[in-house]
Amino acid sequence: MRRSLIDYVLPLFVFLAMLGLWEAVVRINAIPPYVLPAPSLIGATLVKDWDTLSGALMVTLRITFQALLAATIGGVTLAILFARSRWIERSFLPLAVVLQVTPIVAIAPLLLVYLEANTAVLVCAFLVAFFPILSNMALGLASADHNLIDLFELYKASRWKQLVLLRLPAALPYFLGGLRIAGGLALIGAIVAEIAAGSAGQGAGLAFRIVEAGFRLNIPRMFAALALISASGVLIYLIFTLLSWALLSRWHDSSRERGL
Amino acid sequence: MLTLRGVDKVFANGAQALAGLDLDVREGEFLSLLGPSGCGKSTALRMIAGLGEPTRGAIAWRAGRPEVGFVFQDAVLMPWASVFDNVWLPLRLAGQSRAQASPKIEAALDLVGLQGFARAYPRELSGGMRMRVSIARALAMRPALLLMDEPFAALDEITRQKLNDDLLRLKQELGATVIFVTHSVFESVYLSDRIAVFSARPGRVTAEIEVAAPALRNDDFRLSQTYAQACRSATDALHAAMGEA
Ligand SMILES: Nc1ncnc2c1ncn2[C@@H]1O[C@H](COP(=O)(O)OP(=O)(O)O)[C@@H](O)[C@H]1O
Ligand SMILES: [Mg+2]
Repeated sequence: MRRSLIDYVLPLFVFLAMLGLWEAVVRINAIPPYVLPAPSLIGATLVKDWDTLSGALMVTLRITFQALLAATIGGVTLAILFARSRWIERSFLPLAVVLQVTPIVAIAPLLLVYLEANTAVLVCAFLVAFFPILSNMALGLASADHNLIDLFELYKASRWKQLVLLRLPAALPYFLGGLRIAGGLALIGAIVAEIAAGSAGQGAGLAFRIVEAGFRLNIPRMFAALALISASGVLIYLIFTLLSWALLSRWHDSSRERGL
Repeated sequence: MLTLRGVDKVFANGAQALAGLDLDVREGEFLSLLGPSGCGKSTALRMIAGLGEPTRGAIAWRAGRPEVGFVFQDAVLMPWASVFDNVWLPLRLAGQSRAQASPKIEAALDLVGLQGFARAYPRELSGGMRMRVSIARALAMRPALLLMDEPFAALDEITRQKLNDDLLRLKQELGATVIFVTHSVFESVYLSDRIAVFSARPGRVTAEIEVAAPALRNDDFRLSQTYAQACRSATDALHAAMGEA
């Protein structure tokens, strides 16, 4: 992981410069905070409302990670079943695709009719996170080296041994790629569902706080909640990138030289 | 050790790889299968290993199929596993724990000259060293029959010569029977007690050449009369085999 300092400094510099420009534009033009709050005010709001916002952050993060966990268990299990039997794959893949291509915004209100709000949010986040894990995992399981499969057959390995010692490790890089995508999507799914639920007066996640602050024309708080959502997305991405690196750096080409 | 009689192989897509292959393999010999690429050598070797059945004809073993080791053209290692774990694989699949297998793994690594590399990962090794790991893995179970499918074809000339010499020494030490697939006349003559020349596809054995020389060979052998003569007959047989197809 040989990266020069400039790789970190440059994006940070651009980010700070943007904030500085924003601050300057707001101050010079004396734009009122209910139109566009300055970054400094957003920061101050973040600190002032931390009690409310941190609670909402925890709710959203918990739902996101619960959905990811469920999607991982479900996606990996189904992918293993697909690898075992063409018939299972043929029967269930179309269903998974239909769920994947139907926009989650359209499903969320329907789920809210049948499910309690928090459960509906969880299900939405699960639905969007599930498919990338399933499809990447299925691809990964099928990608094991053919000669290695022959070798396992030569030594009369059981299908279980072949799965554990060969197909699962071969699928790991694909799975981690899917997990990285699913992490971002789970957050989006949770937010979308919270917004749908929030307008019905339910839930207490970050998106709900945005909707609520919007009703009260508390624009700085809307931005503060938004900043937290972005930060969560970045955090999730970083966690899985690091996980990937930790698990693959020793052997897989994706984490060679260029590091992360 | 085993006999192939009238073996045909037709693949599901209709391609016929072998037609009427007759071949005897003698206990303890070093046998090369020599032929142009695509003539069915790999197919024959895989069937001997039990990977795939003949469409027609039979493979008969004198005393049942013994423990078999297989070495592919590429090293075919598990990239996520250390050298130690790669060599452990056959023993592990036979139900041996890490501790039980450890002495055998060390011994196999010693045989191929890789002591001290047990903890390395495949991508940290050169092509030649990876091939050594692959050979160590094939030897871990002390197979009575070692099958090698153009194992050194992807290596540079110097590495290849070194591995050829090491292979002869290993065979001597272990007393295994070796069936070695190659498309190089010189390699087959240098290594073999006997060479079976294949015709172009669909393959069968068109000539068998005995190389009358001591089992352990060195650079002097390359300059000897025997070597030159064997190369000449193998080349002629190969040309005849390809000409008639
Ligand atoms: N699984 C397969 N399905 C269909 N055709 C195959 C298969 N394996 C090999 N063949 C064909 O059989 C012929 C012999 O292949 P092979 O035994 O690999 O040749 P060699 O090892 O002598 O180069 C080739 O023409 C190849 O295309
Ligand atoms: Mg071949």
